[in-house]
Amino acid sequence: MKRLPHFTLDVDFAVRDEILVLFGPSGAGKTMTLRLIAGLERPDAGEVVLDGRTLVSRERRVWVPPRERRVGMVFQDLALFPHLDVTRNVLYGARLRGDEARARLERLLDTFRIGHLARRWPAELSGGERQRVALARALMSDPDVLLLDEPFSSLDLETRRAVQDEVVAAHGTWRIPFVFVTHDREEAERLGDRMLFLRAGRQEG
Amino acid sequence: MTVDWQPVLLSLRVAAAALAVVAVAGTLAARAMTGRHFPGKDVLDGLLVLPLVLPPVVTGFLLLVLLGRGGPVGAPLERAFGIRLLFTVHAAVLAAVVVAFPLMYQSAKAAFQGVDRRLEDAARTLGAGEGRVFLTVTLPLAWPGLAAGVVLAFARSLGEFGATVMIAGNIPGETTTVPLAIYFLADAGDMRTAGVYALLISAASMALVVGLNVWARRRVPGWQRGRRG
Repeated sequence: MKRLPHFTLDVDFAVRDEILVLFGPSGAGKTMTLRLIAGLERPDAGEVVLDGRTLVSRERRVWVPPRERRVGMVFQDLALFPHLDVTRNVLYGARLRGDEARARLERLLDTFRIGHLARRWPAELSGGERQRVALARALMSDPDVLLLDEPFSSLDLETRRAVQDEVVAAHGTWRIPFVFVTHDREEAERLGDRMLFLRAGRQEG
Repeated sequence: MTVDWQPVLLSLRVAAAALAVVAVAGTLAARAMTGRHFPGKDVLDGLLVLPLVLPPVVTGFLLLVLLGRGGPVGAPLERAFGIRLLFTVHAAVLAAVVVAFPLMYQSAKAAFQGVDRRLEDAARTLGAGEGRVFLTVTLPLAWPGLAAGVVLAFARSLGEFGATVMIAGNIPGETTTVPLAIYFLADAGDMRTAGVYALLISAASMALVVGLNVWARRRVPGWQRGRRG
């Protein structure tokens, strides 16, 4: 639970190895929910538990900083590091070292068909390519859950469909919970194993 | 006419020593003040920038009062450690530090504010601690602004006169920097030597500013060159 200037965000949900879509109008608290899970904001009450590991609990005074949470996040504007090329962006969060890291890197660049862009700067990429780099970067850090904050809102329909399919495919490979935020009903229905509707900080259905 | 190089060397030494302090302190202060809110922040920010808008003579006067034998800083310093700062080369460095600090601080603050907070958040979710976030994301992205601050602070230190003359005085070989030499030479009617010094310091300052501009244009990293319109 997080008190915000205009309303109180109050959500309570559990997610298994599925794609859970947080769906609702702009300003409903979807992004804030993800930021609370990632540890980029502190809740005013309540807790976040991942695989039995308490990440934050106001009541039990637990606080795990974001760097130790193993919560991957794809930001709405992707937040690729502009001063690092594609390879160094993807490797930034690598927990593996040496050959293992290189093998995983190759695999991710392959999965998302961005191998030919390895030495390019983010500013040189198209919208769809940037999405794929952001996905690869988040997965390279071996997260236990992946949060996606309206990552495709700026793409044209065709590219959007393609990366949506890749998200579904990546979920099949990684078998971790994905929490996907969108305000687009079609996207929600296309991607979600389960849907959670959020309006003004309250969950409905 | 023989030009005494001592003031030139002294000016360079004083400016370099001041810059070492200012670059670090200005960067840290700017970092501490960005993205944080606490009561009295605006007042503290004003105090840090104050030497930029005060006449240097007034800054010097305030330092003179603080550091004097009976002053609230000077008296304990002398009693406890036997240190006297006034009218030494250290006072010249201190004067340069105080007047140049706001330039570094302002540049660094603007540079840090220009760094997208979401990039820092992204680094955190990727497992980076605060130190790594600062060194690998914040600092590289703020670097051009920090470099500009360093050049401005150095140029300002090099030209410092008002506060220096108040607290360091005019002791040849010890506190007579180029600007002080110019003033006292002109006062004594030696316009030629004063002119040479004036030319030197103008040329040095000009070279610094032009050099910064050229560097900023040339050293555009690939990621900016590749940016689409």
